[in-house]
Parts: sequence; C-alpha cells; structure tokens
Amino acid sequence: MSQAIENVASALTRIDQIDPRVRAMAAIWSDRATSRAETLSAPRDAKSPLWGMPVAVKDNICTLDGKTTCASRILEDFQSPYAADVVERLERAGAIIVGKTNLDEFAMGSTTENSGLFPTLNPWNPEYVPGGSSGGSAAAVASRMVEFALGSDTGGSIRQPASFCGVCGLKPTYGRVSRYGLVAFASSLDQIGPLATNAWQLAVLLGVIAGHDSRDSTCFDTPVPDYVSMLNEPMGRLRIGVAAEYFGDGVHPETRKAVESAIETLKKLGAEVSEVRLPHTKYVIACYYLICTAEASSNLARFDGVRYGHRTESPKDYFEVYSKSRAEGFGAEVKRRIMLGTFALSSGYYDQYYNKALRVRTLIRQDFDRAFEQCDAILSPTTPTPAFKFGEKSHSPLEMYLTDIYNCAANLAGIPALSIPCGHTSDGMPIGLQLMGKHFDEAKLLQIAHQFQQVTDFHKKRPAICA
Amino acid sequence: MSDLKIRPIIGLEVHVQLATRTKLFCPCELEFAAEPNSRTCPVCLGLPGALPVMNRQAFEYAVLGGLALGCDIAPLTKWDRKSYYYPDMPKNYQTSQYDLPVAFDGSFEILASDGTTKKIGIIRAHLEEDAGKNMHEGLDHTRVDLNRAGTPLLEIVTQPDIDNADDAYTFCVELQRLVRFLGISDADMQKGQMRFEPNVNVSITTPDGTEYRTPISEVKNLNSFRSVRGAIEYEIQRQVHAWEDDHGYTLANKGKQNYGWNDAREVTEFQRGKEESHDYRYFPEPDLVPAMLDDSAIESFRARVGELPLARERRYIECYGMTQKDCEIILADLPTAELYEAAANSGADPKTLTKQFVGVWNQLASTHNTTISRLGINSEVVADLAKLVDAGTISASAASQIAEHIYKTGIAQTAGVADIAAKLGLIQERDEGRLEAWIDEVFAANAQAIEDALQNPKKAKAAAGFLRGQLMKVSQGKADPKLAGDLIEKKLNALKDGAD
Repeated sequence: MSQAIENVASALTRIDQIDPRVRAMAAIWSDRATSRAETLSAPRDAKSPLWGMPVAVKDNICTLDGKTTCASRILEDFQSPYAADVVERLERAGAIIVGKTNLDEFAMGSTTENSGLFPTLNPWNPEYVPGGSSGGSAAAVASRMVEFALGSDTGGSIRQPASFCGVCGLKPTYGRVSRYGLVAFASSLDQIGPLATNAWQLAVLLGVIAGHDSRDSTCFDTPVPDYVSMLNEPMGRLRIGVAAEYFGDGVHPETRKAVESAIETLKKLGAEVSEVRLPHTKYVIACYYLICTAEASSNLARFDGVRYGHRTESPKDYFEVYSKSRAEGFGAEVKRRIMLGTFALSSGYYDQYYNKALRVRTLIRQDFDRAFEQCDAILSPTTPTPAFKFGEKSHSPLEMYLTDIYNCAANLAGIPALSIPCGHTSDGMPIGLQLMGKHFDEAKLLQIAHQFQQVTDFHKKRPAICA
Repeated sequence: MSDLKIRPIIGLEVHVQLATRTKLFCPCELEFAAEPNSRTCPVCLGLPGALPVMNRQAFEYAVLGGLALGCDIAPLTKWDRKSYYYPDMPKNYQTSQYDLPVAFDGSFEILASDGTTKKIGIIRAHLEEDAGKNMHEGLDHTRVDLNRAGTPLLEIVTQPDIDNADDAYTFCVELQRLVRFLGISDADMQKGQMRFEPNVNVSITTPDGTEYRTPISEVKNLNSFRSVRGAIEYEIQRQVHAWEDDHGYTLANKGKQNYGWNDAREVTEFQRGKEESHDYRYFPEPDLVPAMLDDSAIESFRARVGELPLARERRYIECYGMTQKDCEIILADLPTAELYEAAANSGADPKTLTKQFVGVWNQLASTHNTTISRLGINSEVVADLAKLVDAGTISASAASQIAEHIYKTGIAQTAGVADIAAKLGLIQERDEGRLEAWIDEVFAANAQAIEDALQNPKKAKAAAGFLRGQLMKVSQGKADPKLAGDLIEKKLNALKDGAD
C-alpha cells in the first residue's frame, strides 16, 4: 500500500472517529480522496513534501468536486464548475483533499456560530468556540484529523482560530497567494493561507500555494522563496518589536504571561526586543469594519437566485426573486454586514465613512512602514483572550468584533502575520502569539516561528480528544 | 410662442462597443448572435470566486479614442463598481470608471447644419462592461443571455454644446466615422455596437427677458441616427408645450427625467423621475489594479491617431479633388487613407488613384467581402497601377484584372505591376504602324460608317465612335483606345480633305 493510501485511510479514520464530536468538516470526501490516493501512483517527488498528504480546504474555496457552500444556505447546493488556483496547486503538488471545512457563513464571524450548517466545537473543550471564521480548518488540524488545512483570513480568520485551537496559521502578504476561486468576502483584505501543526508544515504548504496567477490582477509576480530551506538558517541580528497598543487592558492575564514568557525565549535565541509604536491601532476595528462591510455588500450582490444558488419559491416578480431569495438565503450576521456596507457606500455617506476609512487605512499602513524601520517582526498576543464559551459574545456584535482587534491591522496593511501556540491557560485552553512581518517577508516569520518551536513544545501538545 | 426665444440644450452620451477579440475582463470571445450563453466563463457569469483581469487592447482602444476626441489621457486610471440589481447583470454591479476616467476634457469638430464647423466639448470617455440581454418570453418568465455581458464599451459624454437635432445627428455620424477610421470599433448599428442617450432640455426666454429651463430628459438606449434626431426633435416640442401648459415645468422643480423612445409611434415615453433615481454606490473596484500610462506611451498613441477624418476630408477635397462620396471610401479607415496618401506621395496622379480606390480596389474588396485595408496590398502596387493607366500602358478595365490577380497571388509573389500586365497580355498596343493596319482593316469593312462620318453631320459622332469600337474589336481590346481614336480622327480628316 502506498504511503498516500495509508495517509488518506488514516485521516479518514480519524475524521470518522473525531469529527462527530468536533464537527469541523462541512463535507468529507471519503470516496474521492481514496480513489485519488489510489491513482496517485507516481513516485514520491522529493521536491513536494505534500505528496500524498491529506489536506482539508475551507468551504469558501472553490473545488471542482463536491459543493462549495461557504456555509450559507444561499449556496447550499452550489457546485463550482471550476477550481481555485490554490486547489489546482495542491493537486499538482500531490496533496489529497479529504474534505471541506466549516466556517462562519461567507467567512463572516469569529466563532463558527454563524455557520449556516452547524457550529464547530473547540477540540480542547466542546463548551468553547474554535474561533473563526476558519474554525473548521483550525479544529481539524488541532484534533489531527489532518495536519494541513487551508483557511482564508480577512481580519484574523486564520490566526484567531489557530490561536483558539492551539495550532499554527499564517496569513500571507496580500497578493502572495491567488484569490482566484476564493469566494470573496472583502476583496482588498482576503487572503488564503495555511493552517498546520507546526511552522515547518506552514512553510511547506505556503510554498505550494504561493505564486503568480494571471487570473488574479492583485496577485504579485514576486519570486517564491524556498521557505522550508530557510527555516533553519541562522537568523543573524533579529529585531523584534513590541507595541504597547497590542498589550492593552483587555489582555487576559494568562495570555499576557504566556506571551511575555515567549518574548524571553526569543531573547534567549538572540532576538533584540524593543518598543515600537503603532499609534493608529485604536482606529483599526472601525476602519476594518467599514471597509470589509462595504466590499462585502458589493461582493455578495451576485447571490441573487438568478443564475445559481437558492431561489425563493414562486416569487411574485423579479424584485422578489432578489429580496426573498436573499432574505431566505443569508444568515443574520451576513445581512447585518451587507446593510452596514450598503449604508457606508450610500450617496451622502460615502465620504464620511468609506472614504474616511480608506484614509485611515493609509495611516495604519504607514504606522507599520515606520515600525518596520526599527524591527523585522512585531510580536503580540494573537487575541486578547483565549477561546471563550459558546454564546458568551454572540449577543453583542461589537464585543465579537473586538476579538479580532489584534488581527485586522495586518489585513489593512497587507502584511503577513502568523499565529503559533505559546502556552495554555490553567483550564488547558491554548494561547497564541502573533508575529507580523514586512511585505513578502513570510520567510522571516516562519524562521522565527520554527526556531521558537525547536526550543518549545506548546505546538506538540494535543487535545485529549486525539488520544 | 413666436414671442419666445427657444434654445435647445443637447448633450449626448454614446456607448461604442470596442472591436476587441475578447471581453473586457475575461478571455471569452465576442461573437454576435452566438448560441445564448455559449460565450461565457466563470468571470462573465459572475460565479463565486471569479476575478476580472483587464483586457489591455480595450484599454489601448479607449486611449486612442480619447486622444482622437481631443481629450487629456489620465496617467493613472482606475476602475469602480456601479451597483444596481438587474437580471442581465451577473454581479449586480457593473465594473466601470467613475472619478478617474481614462480620457477627459476634449472637443470634437463636426460640420454643422449651418455650414460652419462646430466644436463639441467632450466631458469624458470611459471604459465599462456591457450587460447581458434579458429575453422576455411571455408573462411568467424571462431568459437571460450573458454572451454580451462583459463586452468592452467606451462611453463618451459630451458637453451640452449642441442646439439642434441635425447637429446631434451629425455628431453621431461623425463619431461613427471616427471610431471606424481608428479601427477601434466596427460601430455596426444593426448589432447594437453604437447606442445613444441624448440629454435634452430647452431654454425659453420670454419677451420680458425671463429665462426658464425645462427639465432635462435623458432618452435611453437609442440605436439609430434617425431615432437620435427624432427623439430630440420630439423632446424639444414636447418640453416647450409642457412648459406652455405649466410654467412650473422646470429643471429646478423636476430635475432630470428618463424617457424611452417608441420607434413605431415616434414619441418619447416617460420612464422615471429624479425621485426614483438610483444610488449606484460607486466605490473603487478592489479586484483590479489601476492602469497606468507614462507620457511617452501617450505620445506614441497620439502619433497613431494623427489627422482626423473631417480634417482629412477637407484636405482631400482641396488637394486631391475628391468628392465627399470618394472620401467615404478612402477614409473608411486609417490604413486605407494612409495607403492612398503614400501612393499619391510617390507620384501617382491623385485623380486616377481616387478613381481606382473607388472603382478597382473598393470593388475588389466588396467582391471578396473585405475592406481595402485588408486586401494586403501596398502603396507601391497601388501607385504603379495608377501610373500604368495614366501612361496608357494598360486600359482602365485591365487595371481591375491586374488587381484581382495581385489579390489572388498575394503581394509577396507579386512581381512588378507592369510585368503582371505583360504576363496577362494586358499591355495596350501603341505602335502606330500596327494601329494603322487595324484601322485600314476596319475602314475597308465599314464603308457606310465612313460615309456617315464624312457626310452626315447628324451621325458623324456616332459613326466615329462605332469605328473606334470596331477597332477595339479587331485588336482584341489591345489597342490604346485614346491613341486609336486620335488616329481614326486623323484618317477621317485626311479623307475629308481629300474629298474637298
């Protein structure tokens, strides 16, 4: 039996055993993955460590097989007639997709509670949320159903669930990975990225999905470095910046302690740690939610029941095809964001809201440009608190939005950022640290993360559910 | 009404479909009347996750069009989304250009109905994608064909500088000639490749000097020159009458209103007022990057545009003695005009050239269902053919045969035009000895005609013509008709002198 067949069989077994208790998977591709493993008879290509490896893909990334639902009722039966660029790259590299993962509907949310399918549970404790929106991918990796998964990150949707689930997740530089085939939430912020159990795996997966794609005008034609071979290179002089704005009052004491201890570890590895300033941080959430809702209101206009997706039964006229199909097909959070975004773009409000947000975005970007004159990476907690319980914040959209407070700036600035585990609370829930880097400097972030993981084993700790 | 001073104020919005091979944001080919929805892909169907990529050719055509309209070209031009829901709009937003159009601040000259040339200001010209087509089939359903969705359009917006329907008509015709001349659009009205939306209102000044302005009517989606004129004429009348009935019928009170044109009844029909106007919620298209052009690129595009058709027409009439009809053919497109000028510059007689462009070359092109510029000929061949006719080496009708031969064998295989004429046996006989021998033969066989020519003034002219015709027959068409005519006349004169 080939390694691929063995890998897939054991992934499917784990999914069978564990997923009913985690509900990370939106769709499980047993037959397809098995037959693909069987036909993947080519000798293992030494250049592709992903050959024959099971991978899970977030269900807002188009695949030719199966459905692409975005965890929305409006796309519950949608089958894409084409595959995303990242999916084509995975297949070329010999990876085997074993299923699609759950998410907050159209990637809008921080807990998977907004999934139109069902919520995913945190593998460390089913009373806790797994984070979101890539909660399914993070939970699948955390419970070791797969070691590799793809997520998408618009305002922390990879890093925040990675942190809540104790796995590693990377949001690449905007334009590093093609968005072709990623169902758009906010086009100027969205980026596909890897989730995995360690930094080495992140480097492997990023190396496969990164690179130019002529079908995405915003995808850069910048050479893709060999991330894996750079992991062990000596870091030389490493300057890590720490911003007071990312250690505010809202930071949970245990989170603070774990991150401070990680800083000490990095110092022992030779890092120089200094203060940097990111003075516009206080505007990040407002700026982010104006831009992402405005773009979302336009991106989601195409879901109208005319060509595909849910269409209301017996509409009275074409207007009702729209109004009822959309009213029935979208969940509450998606509707909220469409309305906010529509408002922000309305005549008479555009300058006051959207245009102002664009100007603030420039200031936020400049904050980072200046900070990166003094350091190579900026370290912070990924989230102010560890994972919280179901229902704890779902009553207040604003409180929910604030869970992304340390994540959205990287999307607004277009810079890469990753999250890796750096501790656990007394209740045993994981804590994550975030590293933000310069444009196209994923290699540096991965190097720091990898070398940190050579001297720590937070990333090796598994939830009891895996046992 | 006779005491009122009426001044129509007319601006035009024109959509011109660009003659690219593929759509504006995807590689689907543009094909008129193809099987519905057969020219579509994830991008133009607006499928989830699909992304647009700008067609550079469309952008360059827009730049050429903008320059020809005397516009400034934006060094940086960006895309915007214009939101509105309609079933023929796959994304429910149109990718267009809002605040940074590719071209702006131009002016375009037309020959106005009063005989003067008028400059019509151009506010802007921008690129946008077309929508698909809704096909309403009865009461219970509509089918949508998205083949047209994503077709590149150049939208040209004029200043309200036009004050009568005839000039609006002329502007549209001149614009059609321009875009065809530049090769940026086929501007085929039958295929909807040019569509017009006049904005019309009227300034009415009463004898006491008070000026009133009627509400602006935007007449949507006209697809013929005739309907442009008809709709404007109708609107001017309608607005004046409406104001006469109610002096509150003003722009200040009513704003801008949309009308449609009923082609059968030749009337405009109210669609919606300002209250129902859309909020398009424009915002910058995040899926596309701005398109940039540096000064040197703009200058090289400007050089490609050169002199415009109207100015060329004036010059051709003056310098080359062309008629307007001739100009229609020779100014069909830029390569044809340049072919003509190059041939004229190399010494061929313009009159003969014009004759051959209109006769020989244009006929050849239409026989083979193509255009002069696509015949694959060069200025050398064109000039030589004209020179051979002028020199009497070949006949005018032989020129057509030679042209046909050149077209069929291809320019690369073409030896000198004179060699072809010789090979085809089309060189005219100009040897006087040979010609006189033929003349003798003809005279010997046609005594009656000679008698008529010499003695019957009523029939003299016809008889001489008959003799020339007989000579061409005897010479199997090889005789140079002019020289032959001269010799026949000489011989008749000699006979006449002898008789006296």
